[in-house]
Amino acid sequence: MAEVSNEYAVQMHGITKSFGSFYALTDVNLDVKKGTIHSILGENGAGKSTLMNVLYGLYQADSGRIYLNGKEVSIKNPTAAIENGIGMVHQHFMLVDTFTVTQNIVLGAESTKGGIALDMKKAKANVLELVAKYGLDVNPDALVRDITVGMQQRVEILKALYRGCETLILDEPTAVLTAQEIDDLIKIMKALIKDGKTIIIITHKLKEIQASSDECTIIRRGHYIDTVPVKGVSEDELAEKMVGHAVKLVVEKTPAKPKETVLDIQGLYVKNDQGLDAVKDFNLQVHSGEIVGIAGIDGNGQKELMQAVNNLVPSTKGTIKINGHEIQNHTPRYGQDHGMSIIPEDRHKDGLVLSFSCYENAILEKYRDPKFNPGFTIDRKKMVEFTEKLIKQYDIRPETCGPVYAGALSGGNQQKIIIGREIANDPKLLIAIQPTRGLDVGAIETVHRTLIEERDKGVAVLLISYELDEVMQVSDRIAVMYDGHVQAIFKQGEVDNRQIGLVMAGGSIDGK
Amino acid sequence: MESKVRKALRNPFALTIIAIILGFIIAMFILAVAGFPPFKSVGILIKGMLGTPKDFTAVIIKSTPIIFTGLGVAFAMKTGLFNIGGEGQYMVGCIAAVAIGSWLDFPAPLQIIFTVLAAVLASALYAGLVGLLKAKKGIHEVISSIMLNWIALYLNNWFTNTNFYHKPNTMGSYPVRESAYTMILPQWKRSEAGLAVLRNNKFLLQVLGRNDVNVGFIVAIAASVLVTWILTRTRKGFELRAVGSNIHAARYTGIDVEKNMIQSMMISGALCGLGAAFYITGQQPHLLNTLSSSENIGFNGLSVAFIAQNSPIGCIFAGLLFGGLLYGGATLQSQLGAPTEIINIIIGVIVFLVALSILIPRFLDTHTKKEKPQEVTAKEKEKKKGAGNV
Repeated sequence: MAEVSNEYAVQMHGITKSFGSFYALTDVNLDVKKGTIHSILGENGAGKSTLMNVLYGLYQADSGRIYLNGKEVSIKNPTAAIENGIGMVHQHFMLVDTFTVTQNIVLGAESTKGGIALDMKKAKANVLELVAKYGLDVNPDALVRDITVGMQQRVEILKALYRGCETLILDEPTAVLTAQEIDDLIKIMKALIKDGKTIIIITHKLKEIQASSDECTIIRRGHYIDTVPVKGVSEDELAEKMVGHAVKLVVEKTPAKPKETVLDIQGLYVKNDQGLDAVKDFNLQVHSGEIVGIAGIDGNGQKELMQAVNNLVPSTKGTIKINGHEIQNHTPRYGQDHGMSIIPEDRHKDGLVLSFSCYENAILEKYRDPKFNPGFTIDRKKMVEFTEKLIKQYDIRPETCGPVYAGALSGGNQQKIIIGREIANDPKLLIAIQPTRGLDVGAIETVHRTLIEERDKGVAVLLISYELDEVMQVSDRIAVMYDGHVQAIFKQGEVDNRQIGLVMAGGSIDGK
Repeated sequence: MESKVRKALRNPFALTIIAIILGFIIAMFILAVAGFPPFKSVGILIKGMLGTPKDFTAVIIKSTPIIFTGLGVAFAMKTGLFNIGGEGQYMVGCIAAVAIGSWLDFPAPLQIIFTVLAAVLASALYAGLVGLLKAKKGIHEVISSIMLNWIALYLNNWFTNTNFYHKPNTMGSYPVRESAYTMILPQWKRSEAGLAVLRNNKFLLQVLGRNDVNVGFIVAIAASVLVTWILTRTRKGFELRAVGSNIHAARYTGIDVEKNMIQSMMISGALCGLGAAFYITGQQPHLLNTLSSSENIGFNGLSVAFIAQNSPIGCIFAGLLFGGLLYGGATLQSQLGAPTEIINIIIGVIVFLVALSILIPRFLDTHTKKEKPQEVTAKEKEKKKGAGNV
């Protein structure tokens, strides 16, 4: 804990915050020097977002003090935070889709003529000034729904700057961005620092901390661990501090021993919402005992392919077979009855019923198994036993989460419930769609290890991910999906990221 | 002390009670403004509801149909459907009960079974149609049920005036046969022996002699227990709740969402149909009348479900409150000349306050005073010790 002084833009000392009997933060300290980029690193559920929500006035701490520029303040709500020069860009953007960029930026802080009429001309001029100053390239007249996610993030940053923020909090800003957009964001952050602003960035991506930050504060399970200068610290050291034990950043596995074909997709066509062919003549086989990864840029038909495989949308042509049974154009249940289990991409929407308890979520598929529930009723004793087993096996935290509603858990632990549930079905084919999205390194390691364990048990594993590193490291074979079909298939190690990136963009490598 | 109040304010049951009491206080203001003595009026209202065994029995009888429609609405709500069509389903149930109960002629137990089954089945199918339209064509249940409410009203009027069912020189149909009646001891209480007993027992005289006491209320209690059990304990209830809470996850994990929607609507309709069946077989005049507008039994069910916050057991109490206000309001009207609108305003205020009370726990979350963590943990330890001793 540093001494209180006006060299620091933000100092939070001894912050404790509980929700009922659960302590999200216990005596946490944060000292952010003026004019620096400071990262807050921690696993999912470590309390990073809670700490920032306290600073932004969304939560009130049970105890602890907050100092801005050496002066103690009490931040009761976000309005007070904004008045104190604090701005926050949330993970989920809060924009009005049908408004223009300028309208969104001035919303709630409109400049007016004579106190009544909106002065959009002046507003636009102010916005353009900010755009030019920090290289936040956006068109002020575009509708928010028409611009990319990266642009929307800039609108959020502009919103904060427009309200005169000196300290900007970014909550997992890179989770939704492409590699190029991440580079641009880091440039923007550097430009802001040059102008004397201070930035606090919540993240669990070690690479980005190294690329952007000056200092890094590590939080683990609600406790303050350390604050370190980023220069001279390796990624491994940061990772170890974050999870509390050494982490393997490289996936270790033995060579695959593929056997019979489990999933066989032949000549598949699927239409998207607009009635256009999103999947065109798609062919892929996945064998028992191997992991096949589908690499590709988002929007090349991966979503439609997975919806068709799970029978959520019809296939217009072609066949999907599991162990020789055609399953296309049936019900989701039909595929599951033939040995398919899916870890969905969107765990909140498709994976869990957030208002159900963890017990109920754990048996969301199992409940209809006549061996599990032979009668009319749900066997509650079995349900509890089954869930407790999953909690132990997958280290789901808190261990007492069974009767708690799933929405209260952190993302990583929610994902563990889904993975545990799906694997408990003893699938022949396990499909994982973006299984590590939004998870921290510790949870990612668990997910990858689980996929490989399933492979070694003889399960056919299909992994769909937009993170190239993940596909490259975990898969035994990599299928590149481009414009609705398989552009090329490689064995692991055959090509590097750069070459595969070329194929993902529609190019080809000699001889393929 | 502070924490006790806060705890109470987080308890939905306590909150509802507070809302109801507040509703009465505001009602007193309204009565005063309208020129009626507030304390006396509320006294008359409450006395009208609970004053004598006869009054309270009448409240139960009056409440029974709206407990059923409330249960129907609450059930659909728990499974993610807004069944605003209870009105139409109830009416169709009444029509079916009269159609079968006045036409067939069987001995008592059979006649009752056929009449009740006819009402339940008709209402279930009528509601199932709404579910079917939503499941297959994506038509919102609110739109289709409002339309079906009107269709049911005119169906009622057409049916009442068909040659076969219309009773000449009246506005109504023939009543169901006496063998379909579900009152408790209807013959005995008019027989010599019965009258002799009743004359000697004032309580029984008031409860039985002066009212159409019927088995509907007992069935309503059984139904709410059954509905609770279905929702919380059974596989079907689990599916229905999953569909209601997150339709996407339900579909993704292989639950037949469409089938569940239709089933949920049918069960909801069947509950409204039960209300209709016991109204027709258990209360005067046991027949259908030509109606110029809806009788609001289904719509009152919406308010009942709302006050009960969709708890099936809560529907019994909310229904009794609602029935009580309607019945007591009539006393207020006859004794003080207060218009029925006043009663409707009181009911409206209560429903409105219950709606507001849902916001209170959220308000508390954002305005919680800072407490030192040590104190909290110490208190919790004490509590745990206490719990251990018990």
